[in-house]
Amino acid sequence: MSASAVRPLPDLEPAAPLVLPRQAEAVLPSGLTVIAIARRTTPLVEARLWVPMAEVDIAEGALLAQTLFSGTGTRSATGIAEETQAVGGSLNCGASPDRWLINGDCLASGLDRLLEVLADALCDARYPDREFSVERDRLADRFRVSLSQPPTLARTALLRRVYGDHPYAVETPDPERVGAVEAERVRDLHERRMRPDGAALVLVGDLDPEEAIELAGRRLGRWTGSGRKVTMPPAPSPTPGPLLLVDRPGTLQSSLRFALPAPGRDHPDSAAMQLANLVFGGYFSSRWTENLREDKGYSYGPGSVVDHSLGGSAVMIAADVATEVTAPALVETLYELGRIATLPPEPEEVEQARRYAIGGIMVATATQAGLARFAGTLAGFGLRLDHLALRVERLAAATVEDVHRVASTYLGPGRATAVLLGDAERVERGVASVMPVEIG
Amino acid sequence: MPTSHLTHPTQPPRTGYRIERFTLDNGLRVVLAPEPDCPVTGVAVVYGVGIRAEPQGRTGFAHLFEHLMFQGSANLEKFAHFRHVQGAGGTFNGSTHLDYTRYIQTVPANALERVLFLEADRMRAPRITPETLRNQVDVVKEEIRVNVLNRPFGGFPWLRLPPVMFDTFPNAHDGYGSFTDLDAAGVEDAEEFFDRYYACGNAVLCVAGGFSVEQARKLVERQFGDVPARPAPSAPVLAEPDLVEARHHSYVDAAAPTPAVAAAWRVPDPVADLTGYLPYVVLSEVLTDGASSRLVSRLVLEERLATGVSGYVGFMGDPFDVLDPTALLLQANLPAGGSAERVLGVIGEETERLAAEGPSAEELSRVQARMTALLLREGDTMIDRATRLAVLELQRGEPALLNELPALLASVTAEQVGAAAATLRPHRRASVEVVAGRDR
Repeated sequence: MSASAVRPLPDLEPAAPLVLPRQAEAVLPSGLTVIAIARRTTPLVEARLWVPMAEVDIAEGALLAQTLFSGTGTRSATGIAEETQAVGGSLNCGASPDRWLINGDCLASGLDRLLEVLADALCDARYPDREFSVERDRLADRFRVSLSQPPTLARTALLRRVYGDHPYAVETPDPERVGAVEAERVRDLHERRMRPDGAALVLVGDLDPEEAIELAGRRLGRWTGSGRKVTMPPAPSPTPGPLLLVDRPGTLQSSLRFALPAPGRDHPDSAAMQLANLVFGGYFSSRWTENLREDKGYSYGPGSVVDHSLGGSAVMIAADVATEVTAPALVETLYELGRIATLPPEPEEVEQARRYAIGGIMVATATQAGLARFAGTLAGFGLRLDHLALRVERLAAATVEDVHRVASTYLGPGRATAVLLGDAERVERGVASVMPVEIG
Repeated sequence: MPTSHLTHPTQPPRTGYRIERFTLDNGLRVVLAPEPDCPVTGVAVVYGVGIRAEPQGRTGFAHLFEHLMFQGSANLEKFAHFRHVQGAGGTFNGSTHLDYTRYIQTVPANALERVLFLEADRMRAPRITPETLRNQVDVVKEEIRVNVLNRPFGGFPWLRLPPVMFDTFPNAHDGYGSFTDLDAAGVEDAEEFFDRYYACGNAVLCVAGGFSVEQARKLVERQFGDVPARPAPSAPVLAEPDLVEARHHSYVDAAAPTPAVAAAWRVPDPVADLTGYLPYVVLSEVLTDGASSRLVSRLVLEERLATGVSGYVGFMGDPFDVLDPTALLLQANLPAGGSAERVLGVIGEETERLAAEGPSAEELSRVQARMTALLLREGDTMIDRATRLAVLELQRGEPALLNELPALLASVTAEQVGAAAATLRPHRRASVEVVAGRDR
């Protein structure tokens, strides 16, 4: 311990404003929106292509993503990989109920080539039988591993309970179902739904925005055809009920998962909701983390996020705790949710969360990859980077009263859909003494 | 595939990061990498102590101590570090590696002096009490449960291979630690560990991002100038002879739904023999980077013996942050019923083929292009650039090597890669096999 005098914490210098980068935008005749953003910090380019995926069976959608780059009329799977790698790049596609999202990156000098390969896959993917079956088995195995992990199983149970028959109910498809999908189904799906109308391509990096738009038009102009317009139906909001206890005999930890309602991404209350969530459990300096981890040592990483999807928004909270402290961890969780919902937060708590939220936008958009991630997601929601400026304004304007009102509207423990995956024989008695339990 | 599709990349781009280095009177080495237009700043402090310096009977202590460095210091209460960083809009983390421990912050550029204050305060005197120690032992146990004990493939292969490959305690022991050793740790152990290893002569501070050199130098001197001088301890003795016959270990992973296998071979000293080492770094990518690589092509796509393959140098996946002895690792996830022996056999065939023929010029240059792009991408994130520079200074006294790495990797020849492949013989191999314990 130092014996020296107390040293003062240095003040922050005046904060710089958020500066949005130069960008250009165009809609191609095919209906594809192209957004190009200059961020010339290093000679690379990031690409994000968002293609709406509503009403697609998730097993088939995930398989399309896994096999999109498995071969075209003129390129083999290996050829696609070689050409992409030769420009320092990579291309991959992921699927969630809202969208397919293609991620690409390459040396800036290779953007033309990357877009050419991408266009070839979009226009002429063949899903060759052999490559398709290889990738199908890989994907099924990946889901098998994922579904052997307690956190995934707990989330799976929560989503099913919150969303019922809605597409958001299943995030990780059943491996057996994946393994049974035929290539023809995916070819047909591509034909119907992998379409430019309603899709958005974002390019970020060492580029001139106008030139990049022109290049994208030249390379992707031949990707045409209209799919049926499908929008994601509104998702049900989480509703309260007894704690669903999912038995996992022998597991060393209990996985606690709650879902709570939340206002949408573009709702005026969304900024105050973000702050309320931060104060509760949304970052390390939150009440829930300081309580559960730093005070009690019950959990390595409790966390709470406001999850925005096209069909609706929800707060998802998650903590994995040792089996022997399951009931007390549940008590602390209910306590912190109850406290944020019923008592106004301290002004300093709100200020700290506000600076974190605003600074987080600065930090996350300071890299090409981070900017591309933001811009790509916003584009999928029909929003642009200037939404970040609006977000900063709303965060700056939210009052302690706003945060309290929003917390009392959304975060009360009485509004939660609650799931606990654990060793029922060891935890049921304890958690049943805290709240009503239903065995699932 | 038509050859017109092949790209002949131009000379890979190089970085020209500005790098200033100096040493304070107390022995603290400082590296500054200004990017005046960048809105954020990354601050990294690395200490030359890691898992391989832990005393016998105190496995996991380097990592536990990293946690304790966040529990308050001379002028800061518990919780203060997190709150001051996040309350300035920033993010933080710490991580323990084999040969160093790092503490990182990314903040909006206006918070630089505050972060320097926080780091200097704990470099002078962390506040470690029996309460914070017990609390963090509990947190670390939860971390081990969630990352290792309660999940499939926990600790595979980074904790599983070293005890097969090595015989001495520093290299072979479990870096996460046994619960017995963690429980036995006391405050006096922490004080001794701090005195010995957390000397400012054993540390490097690096700042990268939005500041001027003059300003940052002044702030660094103000905050760190009076940290008491203590010299670096002598380096632990890590040298071990290479294997003379193959070693193999097989274990049942009760949570794993499918089998897996990993193999490792010793490589040249990364610091003393960088020229001899780099061909292995390139080799790992030639073997495993993407669908066009040798092992993914053959094991996954052609023969379906594996569902995923990866390869890298350094047990924790980073070739440029390790000291000798280290290894090239190859790992494969297998389908249910898959044969680890067959996979090891194919790896042997492919490395022999590469040893005999070398990679083609086109194959080598595209792998090098991708490696360059990944280095540039990493450097675009200020905290990654800062960490990289700090570790290069700590281990080599040569942070500017970062600007040379793309050219050095590009200068590796096909003959060198072939010669490296020729050393991956079965008699020098350590391998570990995961037997699936969970029925599908």
